[in-house]
Amino acid sequence: MAEELRLVLKNFGKINPLKVEDYLSAGGYKSLEKARSMNPLEVVEVMKKSGLRGRGGAGFNTGQKWFFAHNIQADEKFVVCNADEGEPGTYKDRIIMENDPHIVLEGMAICGHAIGATQGYIYCRGEYPGVVDTLNTAIAQAKEKGLLGDFNIEVRMGAGAYVCGEETALIESIEGNRGEPRFRPPYPPVAGLWQKPTIVNNVETFANVAQIIEKGAEWFAGIGAKSFPGTKVLTLTGDINKKIFIEVPTDTTIKEVVFGFGGGIPDGKKFKAVQIGGTSGGFIPEEFIETTIDFDSMRKIEATLGSGAVFVIDETRDIVDVVTRIAKFFEHESCGKCAPCREGTMRVHLLMDRINDGKGSQADVALLKKLSRVMASACLCGLGQAAPTPVVTTINHFGMDYHAKVQ
Amino acid sequence: MAEFKEIIMPFKNTPGGIIQAFHAVQKKINYLPENAIIDAAEVFGIPVKEAYGVATFYSYFSIKPRGKYIIRICESAPCHVAGAAEIIASLERELGIKIGETTGDGKFTMELTECVGQCQATPVITINGKPYAGVTPQQVAEILAEYE
Ligand SMILES: Cc1cc2nc3c(=O)[nH]c(=O)nc-3n(C[C@H](O)[C@H](O)[C@H](O)COP(=O)(O)O)c2cc1C
Ligand code: FES
Repeated sequence: MAEELRLVLKNFGKINPLKVEDYLSAGGYKSLEKARSMNPLEVVEVMKKSGLRGRGGAGFNTGQKWFFAHNIQADEKFVVCNADEGEPGTYKDRIIMENDPHIVLEGMAICGHAIGATQGYIYCRGEYPGVVDTLNTAIAQAKEKGLLGDFNIEVRMGAGAYVCGEETALIESIEGNRGEPRFRPPYPPVAGLWQKPTIVNNVETFANVAQIIEKGAEWFAGIGAKSFPGTKVLTLTGDINKKIFIEVPTDTTIKEVVFGFGGGIPDGKKFKAVQIGGTSGGFIPEEFIETTIDFDSMRKIEATLGSGAVFVIDETRDIVDVVTRIAKFFEHESCGKCAPCREGTMRVHLLMDRINDGKGSQADVALLKKLSRVMASACLCGLGQAAPTPVVTTINHFGMDYHAKVQ
Repeated sequence: MAEFKEIIMPFKNTPGGIIQAFHAVQKKINYLPENAIIDAAEVFGIPVKEAYGVATFYSYFSIKPRGKYIIRICESAPCHVAGAAEIIASLERELGIKIGETTGDGKFTMELTECVGQCQATPVITINGKPYAGVTPQQVAEILAEYE
């Protein structure tokens, strides 16, 4: 059986997260020191070459992103850590921050050096007050020991809005506004927080940085899938024997995750589908479970790696009911700024409800498909664009289930 | 009321600090009274409608009074399939209120929430932010008793 590879979680359970000395004895903050002895562009180049791509969902090359911000002259730049983690079924960023806060701080400080920023923010979701305390303790200890040099980090607590995980909405929220996404371009690396060049990266992305500086780009590029190297922390939920988190190389297959690490389906039932990447991910039927979890392989089967949530449902589940629940989520979380999302998520939910109640028709199913196409291309941000994915993928792969419910 | 200003003032010079200020107010009284919103608008030098817009955007903030203990039940898909509906039914029975309501003694308010990031055991509820994962309908009374 495939094995876990704990890199991001290398200190998990081994150090006391509230003691910076522990992190230091585990080799902590050496990478920051090393990065600071290099010139910023060199750091950016190492990151680029490592092939590290964002762990927050969009999978953008991290070094490339840093390069944009590095390249711009500005009196002020910012580093923002996206710890909003609102994707249902995901708690990997919490595990990282709770158990090894300094690994995130170190990654942020290295980014600060690379792009020329001295101020960082961690936007942590309101549901994690304990994590906010842990982070603040860690920041205070690192400051006291002078480990961060001139780099400052402030923690901001979110207030319960899924859309604030979207980077421009997150920026609006730090600025004290309603968390509504901005029109892009310009993208944050050019004009982000207070219109200054800003790098927004996910917690897990930052947690990967120190080891890349320490062990080199080639080492990292050699782990897991070629086009999406490294590891991914996954959280297993739903109808699965082991509801655990794991960290595996990105060339691990879905089958290994669900049936190996997850121990398969409880009570001798059969697998029906798995939704990966959170609530906006596609539902994957059995025929595709030999696919590896890396970003590009998942794309090829019209699925996503996303946040790394792995939500399994067994053969006894009513998939139309599950998708109806998901449709309600998006109606509720749509921020209302753009009409295609505001109206679209509401209509999708209405149609799903009707079908789920046995009152829908084939025409409603067809309408859902059409509406999904419109939303995917017309919505302002990823929320509305991806919202219909669970609907479309279940219509495509589990059409019989819809058929059984419509008149 | 001077009382709210006192809570809000420390955030005046924090760029974008209004959300932190609202958190601080809610930590005291579990909701954002109209006066607190008006005071915040004044302290941060923005129109009241904007402060109100911020207060009503986020699901953590409430402009209506709530109970001393806020029970939130996760209804995201992983908790949904694990039986969140039965937990809701059990809570409703125990407390004699429905989702969105507050008990007559002002003690408990029930709210729905999306994933709170504790899905290592489902379903999940939180009481004033404290998570209870893998809750069964039978455990509900026992958990509530902690808040007697
Ligand atoms: C609706 C929506 C929610 C998102 N939520 C999160 C989140 O909770 N955490 C996160 O890191 N990225 C989230 N993202 C992705 C961010 O916009 C952004 O791409 C990411 O923070 C970039 O970091 P990365 O390159 O390190 O992945 C979300 C995007 C959308 C459209
Ligand atoms: S899905 Fe309910 S806590 Fe995550």
